[in-house]
Amino acid sequence: MTEQLLYFTELISMPVYDLKGRRIGRVKDAAIVPLVHAARIDRFLVGGEYSWLTIRYDQVRSLSLADGIRLSDEQLVPYHDDEYMLRIGRDLLDQQIIDVNGRKVVRVNDVTMTIAHDGQRDTVSVLEVDIGIRSIFRRVAQGLMPPRWIRRLQWRIPPNSIRWDFANVVEPDPQRRLRLNISYTKLEEMHPADLADIVEELGPAERGAIFETIDSEAAADALSEVEDPKMQVNILESLEPEKAADIMEEMAPDEAADLLNELEDETSEEILDEMDSAEKSEVQELLEFREDTAGGMMNTEYVALHDNATANDVMAALRGNEDLLDGLNTLFLIDEEERLTAAVPLARVLIAAPETRIRELASDTLIQVPVNEKENRITEIFDKYNLLTLPVVDEEGKLAGVITADDVISVLRAR
Amino acid sequence: MKGLFWRFRYHLAVFFAVIGPGFVTAVVDNDSGGILTYSQAGAMFGYLPLWTLLPITLLLIIAQEMCSRMGAVTGKGLSDLIREEFGLRATFIMMALLVAVNLTNVMSEFAGVASSLELFGISKYISVPLCAVAVWFLVVKGNYQSVEKIFLFACVFYITYVISGFLVKPDWKSAALYSVKPVLLLEPSYIYMLIGMVGTTIAPWMQFYLQAAVVEKGVTAKEYGESRIEVIVGCFMTSVIAFFIIVACAGAIYHAKGPTDIKDAAEAALGLKPFGQYAFLLFSAGLFNASIFAACILPLSTAYSVCEGLGFESGVNKRLREAPIFYFLYTALIVVGAGVILIPKFPLVQMILLSQVLNGALLPLVLIYMILLINRKELMGEWTNSGWVNGVSWFMVVFMIGLTLAYVGITIHSL
Repeated sequence: MTEQLLYFTELISMPVYDLKGRRIGRVKDAAIVPLVHAARIDRFLVGGEYSWLTIRYDQVRSLSLADGIRLSDEQLVPYHDDEYMLRIGRDLLDQQIIDVNGRKVVRVNDVTMTIAHDGQRDTVSVLEVDIGIRSIFRRVAQGLMPPRWIRRLQWRIPPNSIRWDFANVVEPDPQRRLRLNISYTKLEEMHPADLADIVEELGPAERGAIFETIDSEAAADALSEVEDPKMQVNILESLEPEKAADIMEEMAPDEAADLLNELEDETSEEILDEMDSAEKSEVQELLEFREDTAGGMMNTEYVALHDNATANDVMAALRGNEDLLDGLNTLFLIDEEERLTAAVPLARVLIAAPETRIRELASDTLIQVPVNEKENRITEIFDKYNLLTLPVVDEEGKLAGVITADDVISVLRAR
Repeated sequence: MKGLFWRFRYHLAVFFAVIGPGFVTAVVDNDSGGILTYSQAGAMFGYLPLWTLLPITLLLIIAQEMCSRMGAVTGKGLSDLIREEFGLRATFIMMALLVAVNLTNVMSEFAGVASSLELFGISKYISVPLCAVAVWFLVVKGNYQSVEKIFLFACVFYITYVISGFLVKPDWKSAALYSVKPVLLLEPSYIYMLIGMVGTTIAPWMQFYLQAAVVEKGVTAKEYGESRIEVIVGCFMTSVIAFFIIVACAGAIYHAKGPTDIKDAAEAALGLKPFGQYAFLLFSAGLFNASIFAACILPLSTAYSVCEGLGFESGVNKRLREAPIFYFLYTALIVVGAGVILIPKFPLVQMILLSQVLNGALLPLVLIYMILLINRKELMGEWTNSGWVNGVSWFMVVFMIGLTLAYVGITIHSL
């Protein structure tokens, strides 16, 4: 069994011969049927005298650059558009795909395939998607000079390709996505910031397709990493309210509230209606505050304990709140009336004996702001006291939420 | 005093609030090429070419409106769409021509820099390299966004042409008459002038730039109505200024000294003669601002269009290693564009006029692609062109090809 390479640009317009060696037409396109096989060219579409014909992969006896395609079976059926086909020339060439490994959006110039001989027939499979100058040269020169010359000339240009398993096709139509067996699970494992970069480079339809398909948690993380607020809004508006609500529930309440603020009232009502009541009420509380005040900047994800809690109690409280742990660096203490009394750096609790009252570990001065404190003043306070977390209290001194350093960075970057 | 300052600030805020892609494009439209082409038209032919402004405005509106509509509906740039719908070879040819023509445009912007500062007695061997380096750093490393506002504001300089147009006491009756009475002279210089006028007003690169800017701003089909108004207002503004440049130059040059072929910036500055000793100062400041504004946008827009169309990574937020071709192209356009100007005895003004004529010659090709794209149902849905817009734009394509062929024909004939 030997293998050799074939470019899609070479396959196009390759002559096809029947059993008696008569030429019946030239190749116009080739298609994969992903539900059957992920990489094998399943159909060759041939332009015959009057219409296009379909050649199944098992009707090909031999296929080579020098000799064209020789059939082993001439029972060809006319081509009709089949939604299960991923046509390389139509659906892949010149379109944008996602390079999952390189974490970027690329445009397909050409496709490299391998020909496998197993004695009975020659099978063609997609190996790589070609990007970069070498494949541009092939496309521009295609048909202007013999393929042999193109192959000889191109070796000077460094190749640039992506393995087919790392190439993720973007298909806006959900029906076709199913039929073509396209999934975006590989994208869910990416870092949200990388996924956001990818999404920013795609068109709106493709963007919507990705957010519709990936799970809500990954979608929420990626959405909050999208830099342009206008684009965040456009993405949310393009989604079904149910899906948008699922994504909102996964987001930090302050970010969700900020985003809903940017939406038109009608749309944000629709989304709120679809949200679970717990997340909904948190977000709705935050929506009350003006965006450029402490209330608008804060989120309600914090850990507060009663005044005389011990280090042991802290551990117990944290065990029930694993989803908060990623960004947690400060604990808050409150009295019977829920008034804020102290802030405790988390790291101090780690080295304290289990029975220690954590009130004793609190920072010397308690720095807090009222909900209507201005944005400018808050950034000043963060700078002056080198804070990571700043508690926000309401008129009665009750803890209302916390502002974290990343909220301040967002404000500063937006200037 | 403080009250005055606050009022001024308020007006500035209103001024910048209405600015969108359509407005910026309209302002950049009157770049060095625009100023000199219109000046030349008035100085050589008086009021004769005024009739072209109405059809040019109509075509400008149609072209710009199509671009911004495509940008809003598809969320993709013009070169992206050409690539996806017409394949790589068509894109490659389009991009090669665009780079060639835009290079002459970059030359003309640096020629504008050179000739405007020569009026102040600054040698081009100092001004051009300095400005080239400044432009490169401003766009790649600096904060172009904030500088853009200064450029835009400095464009109030165009009002001087409106004032000058009144001060030269034009013959309003014949100016009005020639504005609606088409005069077609079969003279090479006249046809050359007409192609240049269309080319400078409806430059091919502006279509790419405007569509990209609309996409960048995240305008959606739903909000497209506002953008359309802005585009149309911008187009009228461009043409009103063009009208007054022609009238001012016709009055101050053509009617005062007879038909004049403008050879350098000092002659063109005569269009502002009613300002007496300040004419040179005003003219050179305005020309300098217009030139350097366009010099910032043009190479960048070209590099973006090409890289998007051919699938290379692009963007000033990318590192050199990530987007080598983008940076190479951007730098090469500036270096070559500015370098050519340094050739001793280089005919600056002729270069500027030639670049506008090349714009006019390339325009039909861009328009053909645009019309084909915008009529694709699967791309534009309900936003395809209406019948009369198609009719007018096809007529314009044929007319522009006719003008270009006529010019080539007459030139060959007269050899």
